[in-house]
Amino acid sequence: MSDMPDSPVKTMNMIEAINSALDIMLERDDDVVILGEDVGYFGGVFRATAHLQEKYGKRRVFDTPISENGILGAAVGMGAYGLRPVPEIQFADYIYPGLDQIVSEAARLRYRSAGDFIAPMTIRTPFGGGIFGGQTHSQSPESLFTHMSGVKTIIPATPYDAKGLLISAIEDNDPIIFFEPKRIYNGPFTGYYDRPVEPWSKHSAAQVPEGYYKIPLGKADVVQEGEGLTIITYGTMVHVASAVVEEQGIDADVIDLRTLLPLDIETIEESVKKTGRCLIVHEATRTSGFGAELAALVAERCFYHLEAPIERVTGFDTPYPHSLEWAYFPGPVRLTTAIEKIMKD
Amino acid sequence: MKKQNKQNLPRLHLHIPEPQFRPGDTADFSNLEIEDVGVTGRPEETIAPIDMQHMATGLIRVLDMEGKASGPWDPKLSTDIKLKMLRHIMKVRSFDDRMFRAQRQGKTSFYMKCTGEEATSIAPAMALAADDMVFPSYRQQGILLVRGYPMLDMMNQIYSNREDSLKGRQLPIMYSSSDHSFFTISGNLTTQYPQAVGWAMASAAKQDSRIAATWCGEGSTAEGDFHSAMTFATVYNAPVIFNIVNNQWAISSFSGIAGGERATFAARGLGYGIASIRVDGNDPLAVYAATEWAAHRARTNNGPTLIEHFTYRAEGHSTSDDPSSYRAAEEYAKWPLGDPLERLKAHLIGEATWDEDRHVALKKALDDEVKTTQKLAEKNGILGHGMHQEFETMFEDVFEEMPWHLQEQMDMSLAEKISKFSTKNKEKMERGS
Ligand SMILES: Cc1ncc(C[n+]2csc(CCOP(=O)(O)OP(=O)(O)O)c2C)c(N)n1
Repeated sequence: MSDMPDSPVKTMNMIEAINSALDIMLERDDDVVILGEDVGYFGGVFRATAHLQEKYGKRRVFDTPISENGILGAAVGMGAYGLRPVPEIQFADYIYPGLDQIVSEAARLRYRSAGDFIAPMTIRTPFGGGIFGGQTHSQSPESLFTHMSGVKTIIPATPYDAKGLLISAIEDNDPIIFFEPKRIYNGPFTGYYDRPVEPWSKHSAAQVPEGYYKIPLGKADVVQEGEGLTIITYGTMVHVASAVVEEQGIDADVIDLRTLLPLDIETIEESVKKTGRCLIVHEATRTSGFGAELAALVAERCFYHLEAPIERVTGFDTPYPHSLEWAYFPGPVRLTTAIEKIMKD
Repeated sequence: MKKQNKQNLPRLHLHIPEPQFRPGDTADFSNLEIEDVGVTGRPEETIAPIDMQHMATGLIRVLDMEGKASGPWDPKLSTDIKLKMLRHIMKVRSFDDRMFRAQRQGKTSFYMKCTGEEATSIAPAMALAADDMVFPSYRQQGILLVRGYPMLDMMNQIYSNREDSLKGRQLPIMYSSSDHSFFTISGNLTTQYPQAVGWAMASAAKQDSRIAATWCGEGSTAEGDFHSAMTFATVYNAPVIFNIVNNQWAISSFSGIAGGERATFAARGLGYGIASIRVDGNDPLAVYAATEWAAHRARTNNGPTLIEHFTYRAEGHSTSDDPSSYRAAEEYAKWPLGDPLERLKAHLIGEATWDEDRHVALKKALDDEVKTTQKLAEKNGILGHGMHQEFETMFEDVFEEMPWHLQEQMDMSLAEKISKFSTKNKEKMERGS
């Protein structure tokens, strides 16, 4: 943790922490603007922008037509003018109509204009499942974005990180996609869907400074330390993996990547070289998922330190089902099976 | 480059549309200009779009606010058909109330009502041929009821239970039934628009007689897909009807956020050279007549029609929002075009083909039917923690034939099933609770 502020600390859930980051950046920088579907008066369907229009006015926080293409294209244009737009895409599943403005435009402005134009925008979007959202409110499309050159990809797993990372993202001059794991907006989810939901207030990372602070992009966080296994994960799955490790007394490093791109390869390498075993966990579909990239990197860099094949625990390669959500979700059973396999010899 | 002295110009100003009323305000629609019945005429279906541009700002009406039908658009339907129409509207309203409540009782994850807008799906479904292909959004459940899709199947889908014909894969209300010429509903807005055009182009290419119709909300007209659809439809003169259900609100955004401050939604068709009309969406007879006109036009190779249904979303967007947090409470009560159910009822009573007693009896019969059907559906399971389907079904239909990697993942999920669920849970699941 860096740039530790000395402002008073408050218990916040993830939504409140994100709201606080936006509030601070709107306050500090008149060039920051928030735009998106229902983000204005209503404050967003998940309340992430609640009261911000009231506080900063409609010029700074405003509703847009339902056109993701328009939202993202306009954000590129605003960035070209010199603003620092923070567009919200209501659900990550709805980013596809605007993909071209990210892939071909935002991601390449700096390169194709040799630095003449940049796209200093932070696209916030809720992603991931676990809320019975069906196939269009549950997807995890992060690997589309790490696969294109020129976009930084961030996924926080706690209120504390969400705030510090979002502030860093907004101040960053490159286009950033900031995925918010909506299942853990209100509490860290351990993967046991039939147990009562824990609120964030019981978690230390819900103690969030009220003021400005940053968490550097590209730095992972080792949330649990151990000797026998490295678990690389991010988002909701950080909590699922941590719970399994804790409940079963597994001697593992649990690495919360926080930033997928640029990746903190040092932390990964160091850990895998220490433990000799590597398990990669994400909720997204398996094939060509970010786990494939992680597995390749670990194989390239740590091959001679490995004592067992690299394992991946992921969502299945199907659309996200509604009724079979908990059969789809990579929960404790899938994790335990993989851990048993990797620790076998 | 023009030399300009900009010193004396006022500063630029960013316009952000704002609805007239917000929570706490008193809604007052007296400044809303609404044409009287009969003012907007009825041209021949063969008219060129250029000669009917005024209709994009007019308003097709048949029923006045007392329920009297008149004017050139009166479809002169038989009493029997009008009674069926009333019955359908009442039935979908009762169905919506019941399913909304079921969600509130925790029996499923999500629901969306079409209250106040029933006419915009029921009347078109009645005016179209049963085999005309519809590409709806999520608020046209009325079409299914008109086309005889079993209510029990709708409820099974809403509960994602073991009798759900969509195998629990879709969010509640995302129906699909090719048997009823009803395209599978997408959660992604307006994707159905260009698809409807493609279907219509295919029908024309095959020298078929069937046409296509599609629906979206006024908010959804902002999506690029809407505009792609318009372009393709006009270029290929596709036999398609575009319905824009302008219910004034898109979740918390009023129609001005979709461009409604500057032009009517029907007017979007003008630039594309598409016949564009506006209809009182709370007047079921007018909606019927407008659809009939457009359908005839499409079927006789006179091309696409865009219909804006001017209506009001009486309830929240879905079970996920509370409309009182973004709009004035009594807007619907003050909506000058009333309620489609009440207007059709008044019309029929005025014709002396209907009366209060029969109405009350019909309402009771429909409510009972809905309630009984709900009980049957719940015997097949409610959502709960889900998992009413065999795990294998999760991997089927991704492709026609299952590739090896899905086969492997399926085996993995079956193994998980055995270790994941205690006998007790399994029994409970099998009972479907
Ligand atoms: C591509 C896409 N973007 C955003 C959404 C989220 N969303 C669902 S419904 C809705 C509002 C649609 O309003 P409107 O088109 O007016 O239809 P109505 O709900 O009023 O019938 C929004 C923004 C979505 N489903 N798909």
